Amino acid sequence: MTDKELGFVRRYIFSTDHKIIGIQYILTGFLMALVGGALAMMMRMQIAWPGRQWGFLEALFPNGMAGGIMTPEFYISLVTMHGTIMVFFFISYVLVSGFGNYLIPVQIGARDMAFPFLNMLSYWLAALSALVMLASFFAPGGAAAAGWTAYPPLSAIASAVPGSGLGQTLWLLAMALFIFSFTLSGLNYIATILSMRAPGMSMWRLPLTVWSYFVSAVVGVLAFPPLTAAAIMLLFDRHFGTSFFLPDGLVVAGEHLPHQGGTPLLWQHLFWFLGHPEVYVLILPALGVVFDILPAFTRKPVFGYRMTAWCYLAIGALGMIVWGHHMFVSGMNPYSGEYFSIMTMVITIPSAIIGVNMLGSVWGGSIRLKTPMLFALGLIAFFGTGGFGGIFLGNATADIQLHDTYFVVGHFHFMIGGVTLLGTYAAIYFWFPKMFGRMMNETLGKIHFWATIVAFYSIFLTQHFIGLAGTPRRYYAFIDYEFLAPMRGMQTFVTFAAFVMGAAQLLFAVNFCWSLLKGRKAGVNPWRATTLEWTLPSPPPHGNWTGELPTVERWAYEYSADEAEEDFTGQTVDASSVPVTF
Amino acid sequence: MADDNSQGRFEAIAVGLLFMVLAVAMVALGSRDWLPELASRHGAGVDKMLVYLLVTTGAMFLVGHFVLGFFVWRYTRGGGVQNRMASPKMERNWSIALGLLMTLVAEGGVLAIGMPTWTEYFASAPPGDALTVEVTPEQFAWNVRYPGADGVFGETDSSLIELNNPIGVDPEDPRGKDDYTAINQIHVPVGRPVRVRLRSKDVIHSFFLPQFRVKQDAVPGMTIEVWFVPTKTGRYELPCTELCGLGHYRMKGFFNVLTAEDFETWKSETFAAEEVG
Ligand code: HEM
Ligand SMILES: [Cu+2]
Ligand SMILES: [Cu+2]
Repeated sequence: MTDKELGFVRRYIFSTDHKIIGIQYILTGFLMALVGGALAMMMRMQIAWPGRQWGFLEALFPNGMAGGIMTPEFYISLVTMHGTIMVFFFISYVLVSGFGNYLIPVQIGARDMAFPFLNMLSYWLAALSALVMLASFFAPGGAAAAGWTAYPPLSAIASAVPGSGLGQTLWLLAMALFIFSFTLSGLNYIATILSMRAPGMSMWRLPLTVWSYFVSAVVGVLAFPPLTAAAIMLLFDRHFGTSFFLPDGLVVAGEHLPHQGGTPLLWQHLFWFLGHPEVYVLILPALGVVFDILPAFTRKPVFGYRMTAWCYLAIGALGMIVWGHHMFVSGMNPYSGEYFSIMTMVITIPSAIIGVNMLGSVWGGSIRLKTPMLFALGLIAFFGTGGFGGIFLGNATADIQLHDTYFVVGHFHFMIGGVTLLGTYAAIYFWFPKMFGRMMNETLGKIHFWATIVAFYSIFLTQHFIGLAGTPRRYYAFIDYEFLAPMRGMQTFVTFAAFVMGAAQLLFAVNFCWSLLKGRKAGVNPWRATTLEWTLPSPPPHGNWTGELPTVERWAYEYSADEAEEDFTGQTVDASSVPVTF
Repeated sequence: MADDNSQGRFEAIAVGLLFMVLAVAMVALGSRDWLPELASRHGAGVDKMLVYLLVTTGAMFLVGHFVLGFFVWRYTRGGGVQNRMASPKMERNWSIALGLLMTLVAEGGVLAIGMPTWTEYFASAPPGDALTVEVTPEQFAWNVRYPGADGVFGETDSSLIELNNPIGVDPEDPRGKDDYTAINQIHVPVGRPVRVRLRSKDVIHSFFLPQFRVKQDAVPGMTIEVWFVPTKTGRYELPCTELCGLGHYRMKGFFNVLTAEDFETWKSETFAAEEVG
C-alpha cells in the first residue's frame, strides 16, 4: 500500500512504517527528556541552596514544594524519577528504539522491520509505560522514591517512605510494561537483521551501527526478562503478602511486619542482572552510530572494522556476567566480589580497543568539523573519561571508598549520561536531513556542542572529586556534615554548570523545531556518505525502496578509494567500476 | 563537489585545545580537596589502590585526550586523506598492545594491590583482642550495643522491639544484662582492632566512615561483620550511604576514637551508670 492510500491516522499515528515509529519514539523520548532534565535542575538548585524558597515551584508541586521549599521526600522522588526517566524513557527511546527502528531497515536494504505490526504495538506499549511512569507524580504520597534501583525493603513496604505507596506500584507497572515492549522490539531487531538483509549484504558488510543494534538487542532480550519477573515478585511482596525480598523481623515505622524468609539481596542480583547489561544496551548503539559518522567527516574508512564488531560481541557477552560489581559492599560473599572485580577488568580490554579504533578512525583523515562530527569527537573523549572512572569502580578495593558517592554519579553520567547523550545528538544532527529532508542549523549546532561539552565536564568531572572526598549520593542536603564543608563551593559551581547545560539543550530544541520548518533543503546524500540509506530520497517513502531492493557490492566504509572518481563509494556501486577493498 | 573543508584553522585549534586543556584544567581544579585524611590501618591499602589508579588511568586519560586533540588540530588543515586504511597487521598489533596494557594496568591493579587489601577487609578474621560493637541502624539512627563485661551479647528478638527497647534485647537472657546500648555514638580506643557487627531493623542502610575507608551495607535479615584498626583519635562523622528514606541525608552518627586511657574511663563511667539505671 502506498502512503496516499492511508489516512492521516494510519500514516502518522497508528503507523506500521518503521520510520514513522522511529520518529515517534524519538519525539516521545525528547518529551520525557524535558521532564527528566527539569527534575535534574530542581535537584541541583536544592543542592546548591538547600532549603531556599522557590515560590514559583509551589504552584507546580503543591505538596513536594509546600511553601516553595522542597521537602526531603520530594527530593528523593526527584532523584528516582530523574534517573528512571533518563535511562529508560529518554536514552532508550531515542537512541535504541528511535534510531534503531529508523536505521536498521534502511541500512540493511529492507522495506520494513520483520514484524511491522508488532513494531507498532511495541511503540504503543512504550508510550503507555511512559504515561504510567509520569502518573507516579500524581499518586498520593508522591512519586516513587526508592531510587532508580528500587532496592527493597524501601521499595517493598508502603510505610517505608511516602513514595513507596501507589507511586512505587505505578513505577513497577511502568517498568514491567517498558521491558515487555523493549523485549518485543528487541526480537524484532534480531529477526530483521538476521533475515531481511538485501542481496549481497553479508554480516561482514553491515555498517557498525547495525552491528551495535544487533548485539544490543541480543543482550537486551536476554537480560531484561529477569527484571520483569523481579518486578512481579516485588508487586506480590507489596500487595499479596509474599516474602521474596523481605526477611523476618522487620520493624518499619514502629510496626512489626509478618514477612519471613526472603532476602533483599535477591532483588539486587535480579536488578543488576538487567541494570548492568542495560548500560551496554545503551552504549553500544552510541558507539555504533559514531563509527558510521566518523568516516563521513574524515573521508576515510573506519579503523579496525572487524575487530570493533568482535569487541561489541565480547562486551555484550562479558557485560552479562559482571553485574555483581554494583554489589561489592552489599554484604554478598566477598569471594564473589573478587570474581566480579576480575571479570569487570576483562571488559576494559575490548573497550580500550574500541576507543583506539575510534581514535584510529580520526587519524590521518581529512576532517570536516561539522556538528555531527563535533559530537562524535566529544563522544570519544567521554568514552575515555567514563571508562577510566569505571576502572576505579570495578576495582572492589577502590569501590569500598567510592561506592554510593558522587564519584559514581560522575562516572555513570559520563557513560550512560554522556556517551549516550553525545551519541544521540551526533545521530540527530547526522540523520536529520534524511528523516525530514532538511539540514539543521550549523551555528546553533556548534554553540550547542560547546556549551554542552564544557558544562558536562564541569559538572561531572568535578563530581568525581566531590565523590573522592566521600560525599554520599542521594542526599537532600549536605549542610549537616563538617567533613563535606570544603565541597560546598564545588557543589555550587556544579549547579551553575548544570544550568548552562540545561540552557544549551533548549537551544537544541529551538534548532530542531526551526530546522524542521525552515532548514535548508537537503539532497539525497548531503554528507556524501556510503551506506544504503543515503541512496534513498529524503525522507524515504513508505516501503523505502520503491523498485527492486538494492544489491550490495561492498562493505560500508569505502571512502577515498584510489580508483574512484569521488572520495566515497556507496555500498551499491558495482565492483567492476571501483574495486572492493575490504 | 568541491572540497568543502572550509573550516578555519581557528576552529580546529579551539576544538583541539578543548580536549587537551579542558580535561586537565578540570582535574587540576577538582583535586584541591583530596580524600579526607586517613585514620585507619586498613585504609592505607585503599589509598594505595586509589593512588595507583589515579596515576595509571590518569596518564591514559591525559594521553588519550592529548592524542584526540592533536589529531583534530593536525588533520583539519585541509589537504587530502593521509592514511586511508591501516593494514590488518597494524590493526591487529594495536589491539594486542592495548589488550596487554589493559591487562597489566587493570588486572594487575586488582590482583597485586587490590586483592590483598580486599582480603584483609572482608575475608580475614579480626585478631582475638578486637573490640566488638554491634550497630543496628534504623530509619534514621544508629543503634549501638556493646556486649558489656562478659564480652557476650544477649539474645535479641525483633518481636520484643518497642520504643524503649529499640533492638529487642531479651530481658530474660542473663548474658544481656550487662549489655550497654547507645544511639548514634560509638566509642572505641585507638590502635585496637574494632569489629563492627552490622544488622538492620527496617531497610538497607550503609555504614560509612570516610576517614577510615570503611563502607558496608547493613541489610535486614543478615548479620555482616567488618573490622578495621583506627589509628587516630578524634570525633568522626558517620553518614549513611544507602538510600534509606526521607531522612537519609541526616542520619548522622559519631565515631569517637579515644586514647586507651580515655576509653577505659568512658567505659567505667557509662557502662556502670547503665547497670545502676
Ligand atoms: C544536565 C544534565 C544532568 C544533570 C545536571 C543531572 C543531575 C543529576 C543529579 C543531581 C542526580 C542525583 C545524584 C544523587 O544524589 O545520587 C542525578 C542522578 C541520576 N542521573 Fe542525572 N543529570 C543529568 C543528566 C542525566 C542523563 C542524560 C542521564 C542518563 C541517561 C542521567 C541519569 C541519572 C541516573 C541513572 C541517576 C541516578 C538516580 C538514582 O540515584 O536513583 N542523568 N542526576
Ligand atoms: Cu540509613
Ligand atoms: Cu541512608
